[in-house]
Formats: sequence, structure tokens, C-alpha cells
Amino acid sequence: MRSTEARALPPVAELEHVTRTYRMGANEVRALDGLSFVFGRGEYWAVMGSSGSGKSTLLNVLGCLDRPSAGRYRIDGADVSALTDDELSEIRSAKLGFVFQSYNLIPQLDVLENILVPLFYQDEPPAGAEQRARALAERVGLGDRLAHRPMELSGGQQQRVAIARALVNEPSLILADEATGNLDSHTALEILTLLDELHAEGKTIIVVTHEPDVGARAQHVLRLKDGRIESVVRDQNSAPVVDPLPDETGVQRR
Amino acid sequence: MKGPSFLRTVRLGVSSLLLHKLRSLLTTLGVLFGTSSVIAMLAIGEGASEEAQEQIRQLGSRNVILRSVKPREDFATGQQAVRVVKYGLTEEDLARVDETFPAVARVVPVREIYEEVRKGERAMNPRVLATLPVYRDVTGRILAEGRFLADADLAHTANVCVLSDEVAHYLFPFESPLDQEIKIGGDYYTVVGTLLSRVRPASDAAPAGKSTSEVFIPLETGQKWYGSMQVKLRAGSREMEEVDLHEIVVEASSAEDVPLVASACREMLTRNHTQSDYELVVPLELLLRAEATKRIFNIVLGSIASISLLVGGIGIMNVMLATVTERTREIGIRRALGAKRRHIVMQFLVETVVLSVGGGLLGVALGLVIPAIVEATADMRTIVTPSAPLLAFLISAGVGVVFGLYPAARAARMDPVEALRHE
Repeated sequence: MRSTEARALPPVAELEHVTRTYRMGANEVRALDGLSFVFGRGEYWAVMGSSGSGKSTLLNVLGCLDRPSAGRYRIDGADVSALTDDELSEIRSAKLGFVFQSYNLIPQLDVLENILVPLFYQDEPPAGAEQRARALAERVGLGDRLAHRPMELSGGQQQRVAIARALVNEPSLILADEATGNLDSHTALEILTLLDELHAEGKTIIVVTHEPDVGARAQHVLRLKDGRIESVVRDQNSAPVVDPLPDETGVQRR
Repeated sequence: MKGPSFLRTVRLGVSSLLLHKLRSLLTTLGVLFGTSSVIAMLAIGEGASEEAQEQIRQLGSRNVILRSVKPREDFATGQQAVRVVKYGLTEEDLARVDETFPAVARVVPVREIYEEVRKGERAMNPRVLATLPVYRDVTGRILAEGRFLADADLAHTANVCVLSDEVAHYLFPFESPLDQEIKIGGDYYTVVGTLLSRVRPASDAAPAGKSTSEVFIPLETGQKWYGSMQVKLRAGSREMEEVDLHEIVVEASSAEDVPLVASACREMLTRNHTQSDYELVVPLELLLRAEATKRIFNIVLGSIASISLLVGGIGIMNVMLATVTERTREIGIRRALGAKRRHIVMQFLVETVVLSVGGGLLGVALGLVIPAIVEATADMRTIVTPSAPLLAFLISAGVGVVFGLYPAARAARMDPVEALRHE
């Protein structure tokens, strides 16, 4: 762990008594029930739980797609629980990277354009955005597919594009929602390896999953049940995991 | 605007539309036909009214024309084989106008003579008009060759005539008619000049005709040889007509005096004629009426065009609403990746405007072709004013904005979480 860095900067994501309630007809459902938790910088978390445990709601709150009904949520030390819709959009564009289960690429754009979408909505797009996008495409092994449309790519390739897209704005936090759910086990392993590499590079990653295999790859595990924390396991793999995939050269540097 | 550049948004819109080429094309058809019909209808309307106004202007906008009209026969049609009908403007009318009216510059009497005109084997029935030399000046006719009637012709009751172009071409197809002789009824006349033909304007009595064939002779000559009693041959019957003057052209001193002169003439005629055996043509009034007609015409055309554009706009809105629903997920993705509501509004609005402006541009092209085809095939004049395509184009862009706002707003109102969950 990068203890010096983690101490110098505020935590990436900090939840303080976060509650999220929905109205379902006459009933009120508490998807998150006074949740308090801190996700530290450079950590790799798996959020697990059965369906209805509140993990999707947590992800939406963490991703600034949803606002807590009560409580506080801070990103990089800044309170975002009471921001307007526009301000939340800015936070998403500046600080967050999303990887979804169904890749969620935009069909009418090619690979390069898809990677560039998050920068498209920044008020002042950074210089050299396109070179960065090219480098990221290269990084996820799709440097020769830049002009392809999502329809022309396999599921694994699409998910790599999505990861490159999640990285293009140099986010503080990468959120992955069942990122391997639609992939066969071999491809899933490739994506997980990629996430391992990003973690090794110091990125903060939160993966929401119900698959034990995926949860097992993360550094720490947070289990939810009925909108509350059920258990927290830190440093579940004390020994570094080395991927046995023959075509991957990336080795865990931990 | 900060954020995504406008050009990129337009490019994105175009590429989204190209994803469904046929649908996009069909969607633009409404606006396409709307704009093309706006342009085509304006061009045809403008051409028709221009033509009418030109004809009226040829009559002389300072003139008031009094004409003899045979009164309606309520009785005894066909009972007598021969009868005399007396009607129309009289010498007294002429004298009254000439002597007593203020603001009258010149007065020209015209008599029409019902005789056949011949040159050798060639014969025709033009209007033979006996009038004064000032006729040409007052009515603004243009001399093609030779001269018009002169005062000396009147003084000598000379047998001279002036032909309109059409008559000249028919009777003298291969030679100049000047100094040649033609036969009007039983007498020979020497041709001294020709006039350019003009299009006969519409009046209360007769619709607009192609052009008039006319032969002019000195008033005195006409009076001397033909008198005021004339025989008109009709199918199966002969008819005697007694008409002093067929037409009196009254020229007002200025355009402002025309209404005054017109009402004075009208009053004088009403007082002195027991039957309605006259008509009053005021080109200026016709001109004003033509302009009023044109305004109504434009309003009617405008509303038809607006309805078609409205329908086109609704078609576009319908498709855009379907598109927004279809692309709910894309909207969710974009929102998750940092798009603000206004970015989504802009994206769909631009897409709608691209559709409608695309239809508008195609419509302008079609709208410019239609008048050309009409002109080539239907022998109608059309005028495409430069403002018409511009107007049509702006309207189509406006249609895009107006009918794009609602779908775009609906897209932007979506909750990102809901939108991402949408299948």
C-alpha cells in the first residue's frame, strides 16, 4: 500500500451515514441504511452482496449518478451530496471512470471517438486528448482497431475500449459494475488482469460484483446486506497473485 | 459555447442520422415538400400577379376608360330577324367629360367599326378603331414602324391606317406594310405605320386574352364612311347597332386625380344613362385590386405552406421522440460520462435541425426546379424572388428548432440511473 500518499491526500471516497430511500408505491425502501465507509487512495475494493443488498445503489451514489437521501458523500475531500445536476455532471466528467457490465459503448462512434467521449463534455478539453486516447487504446491492446465501430468488436474488446474510456479523463476513482458479467471466463480473466494492472499503477478501483471469483481478485472486500455493511475483509490476498495467462506480460508489482 | 464544439455536435448528429438512412430520408420528406411548395407557389403567384400588373400598367395608370357595353337582352331574343339596338356612350358624354371635368388632361374617343380587313387573299377580323392621334400617347402604345395617325389625316379625312404588329405580320408576311394598301370593308386604306402589340388586359367584361389585333383609322374617316349605325352579323340573324362611341379614354392630370376623375365619370354616366350600357375601367383601381388579390393569395398560399411545414415538423418530432426512446441507453451513458442536461438538449436539437435543414435544402432545390418546369410546360410566368429560398430555408431551420425542443427536453430530463438500466 502507498501509505505516504494515502496520508497526504484526503480519501478518494468517504461516506458518512449515507441513506438512500426509494418509494415503491406505498412502501418506502431503504436501499442504503446509514452507511459510513472510507475508500482509501490507491485501494482496490470489491463490493459484494446478494441482489437487493444495496450494492447497485451504492455504486450509483459513489458514481454521482444518484444523490443520498441523507448523509454526506465526499470525493477527494469535497462534499458532493448537495450538488446540482450540472455540478454532479462535472464531477463525473472530471473525477470518475465507469466500466459497465454491458460495455455501453456508443454504437455510432468508432473506438477512438468512444474513448474520447468523457473529454467531449469537459469545459476545456485537455490538449493532446487524441494522443492520450490513442495511447490508451494501445495500452488495452486495441491500437489497430481505432476506426472500428463497437459492433465490429468482440465483447472482450468492447470492454477494453470501455476501460480505456474510463481512464481517458485520469479519474480519481474507477467504478466497475459487474464488468465481467457478460464475458466468457477466459476473456473475463483478461479484463480482471487489466484491472489488477491498473491497481498496481496506483489507481483507486471499486468493483461491484456478485461473482466470488471476481471478488477474490480484489485487495479488499466490502459485503453489504440490506443496505448495511455485513463484513469488511482487508488484504484478503497477502501473497501477490501472479496471473498464469501465457499471453499477458503484466505482472503484479506489489 | 463551452464544452463540445458546435461542429463536433453537428458531425455527431449527422453520423447518428446516417445510422438510419432510410428513416432519416423519409422523415425529411415532409419538410422537403413543405419548403418546395412554399417556393414554387410563391414563384407562380408572383409571376401571375406580375403579369396582371404589367397588363394593367399598359392601360395607363393615369387613365379612366369608359366603354360601351351592349345591355343584357331580357326580351324577344330571336323574335325579330332584324332589329336596331341603340346603346352606349354618346357624343354628349364625351362633350361633358371634355368640357366640364376638372383634373382631366386629355380625352380620346374611340369608335369601333365592324368590318373585315383584307389584303389580297388574306382576310381577318381585327378590331378596327377610329380614333384621334393622341390615342397612342395616352395609352402609351409603342410605334414599331412609320408613324401613327396625324392631325392632317383627320383634317383631310384621309384613308390611312395604322396596324398592330399582329395584323401587319398576318397581312404582310414577307414585306413591309408601309405605303401598301389594305381593304377595310369596301374601302382602300394606305398603311402609314405599325404599333407593337400588347397583351389585352382583363376587364370586368372579358378575361385577359393573348394579344389584340387592331387597325387604327382617323376618327373622322370612320365617322364619314361608316356612321354610327352598323350591321353586325350574328349566327342566323342580322343585327343593327347604333353606337356613338365605343370607348372614351380619359386621362387624369396626375395619378392622384384618378379616383376623382373616376367617380366624376361614374356619376355622370349614372345620371345620363337609363340602362347600364357602359362600363368603367380604372386601371389604377384594378392595380390596387390586383395587389389586394395578391395579398389574399399570399395569405392562402402561406397558410397551405405552413400547414405542410407543420405536418412535416410533427413528422420530425414523432421520429425524434422514437429516437430518444430508442437511444435512452446512449443518453444514460453520456450522462454517466459527464454530459450535462444542456449537452443532451443540444445533441438532439442539433440532430433535429440537421434533419429539417437537410429537408429544407432539398426542398429549396426542388422548389427552384418546379417553377422552371411550370414555365417550360404551362406557358406561365414564374418569378423566384431571392428572398423565397432564404425564407423557406430559415423556416425549415425554425421548424427543426421548434419541433426538436420537446424531444430534446425529454431526453435531457431522463434520470441517468434509469436511462442506464434501460434495455
